[in-house]
Amino acid sequence: MLHIRTYLTAISLFVGASLLAVEEKTLTLAGSTTVLPIAQRVAEEFMELHPDVNISVRGGGSGVGIAALIDGVVDIANASRPMKDEELKLARERGVNPVPTIIANDGIAIIVHPENPIDEISLDQLKAIYTGGISRWSELGGTNRPIVVISRDVASGTFEVFKKLVLEGENVRPDAIRLASNKAVAVTVAKTPDAIGYVGLGFLSPEVKPLKVDGVSPTPENVISGKYKIVRPLYMYTNGEPKGLAKEFIQFILSDEGQNLIKELGFVPVRLPK
Amino acid sequence: MKERLIKYLLLIAASLSIVFIFGICFMLFNEGLPIFRHVGVIKFIIGKYWYPTSEPPEFGILPLILGSICVTVVALLLAVPISIGTAIYIAELAPPGIKELLKPIIELLAAIPSVIYGFFGMVFLAPLIQRVFDIPVGLNCFTASLMLSIMAIPTIATIAEDAITAVPHELRMASYALGALKWDTIRSIVLPAAARGIVAAVILGFGRIIGETMTVLMVAGGAPVIPRSIFQPVRTMTATIAAEMGETTFGSLHYHALFGIGVVLFVITLAANLVVDWWVHRHS
Repeated sequence: MLHIRTYLTAISLFVGASLLAVEEKTLTLAGSTTVLPIAQRVAEEFMELHPDVNISVRGGGSGVGIAALIDGVVDIANASRPMKDEELKLARERGVNPVPTIIANDGIAIIVHPENPIDEISLDQLKAIYTGGISRWSELGGTNRPIVVISRDVASGTFEVFKKLVLEGENVRPDAIRLASNKAVAVTVAKTPDAIGYVGLGFLSPEVKPLKVDGVSPTPENVISGKYKIVRPLYMYTNGEPKGLAKEFIQFILSDEGQNLIKELGFVPVRLPK
Repeated sequence: MKERLIKYLLLIAASLSIVFIFGICFMLFNEGLPIFRHVGVIKFIIGKYWYPTSEPPEFGILPLILGSICVTVVALLLAVPISIGTAIYIAELAPPGIKELLKPIIELLAAIPSVIYGFFGMVFLAPLIQRVFDIPVGLNCFTASLMLSIMAIPTIATIAEDAITAVPHELRMASYALGALKWDTIRSIVLPAAARGIVAAVILGFGRIIGETMTVLMVAGGAPVIPRSIFQPVRTMTATIAAEMGETTFGSLHYHALFGIGVVLFVITLAANLVVDWWVHRHS
């Protein structure tokens, strides 16, 4: 008898909780793994301020987020590259009107193992490494070891930007390692003495060494001043101008508080917060 | 009346699998067909370069096919001897106490999600392999094969053990009566009698390995290049589909090409199953 009562109480609590959950306002985001830490951090802060709001943030890659926005399954698509023409075309066919908001800027840092003696690289050398012209560290004044070239999968916005800015549209050498996320690149470079890779500034850590590119370090200051060249804006796409909760969320990111969070994470704010 | 009703319900349940398999086949071939028409079956299969998003794109999957085969063959070479050894030990030699301990532990290996294997391989095993073999990078075919062989051991060992246990006791007794020792009996009587079941176990292990996605995506390195050494990064068919499907625009050539890879993978596994099936029937 007692058991049944316990069960009933549990069930009514559960039902009650789920009814409350329906009352909760929800916002879903998906896309770029580069934007992911920003979205997660800002979402935590936002939910702290608005306890009735539930925000779910997923990664997947820029392409995945945009596809999800076109399919109408997310409110905001995070992207580390602008939408492609064929994506825009598909969106229009489905009656979706994607509107980008630039929420931050990001430098793409070139990273090597901390024990690598090389400190600096030129854009030309970088292109030669990734397209196959240079394949040993000794050609750059380093040790006589092969260069382990680490790139990203084609679903990555970081890859698209790197390909456009550094490779000038040429193909990555076929034997380059292709990994699925910024994190995977950072982990692999940290554990592989001969590796070179590229990650968003937010993924730098003491376990990897960022290289100066054409004499400029990938610091937020150099990105804002325009001295560091491998830079891209980060976007949040909404269907139409942001409305309701999505608007509140994006406004929060663009506020001083949000931009400060972005700076703390190692990204570059769209404007200098006070 | 009730009898009939139950009979028909069970018939429907049994037919569902048939509906599913035909539905999946139809869908796979239907979506894959445009790439074969556009690129040509031969060029698709023997093309050496996989640049699906370049201008112009290149859809050659030979490196992906060879990547999958390389990973699978090495993994089977590692997993089959260990699994069958395990199965023989548990079925024929282990004292009851150890048997009761060993079986659930082996089955537990199958319960670990593949992403955990991938994570372990990427963070722990790959750097270790890189140092031990003094090779440029630990994310390669060998590391992936090692992880996959661990994942396939429970499948192969459990089914092979069942097959060995199912060999009638009389056969062993007859062998001992003729003066054969334990090992001779296992080798010349028990294993041949269990051969069909053991082959079935290996086929299931093969399916498990060639179809595995998450672990190879994280550990194999993902370079779409024709492997010349087992210590080279490789990209498998499954990892390519998983990594790129999210990016493709619905109905684009790249999208159809990923289904085309699915068709090729399906044909390879089907062919392998049929060949082994035919072989087993011929030898029994």
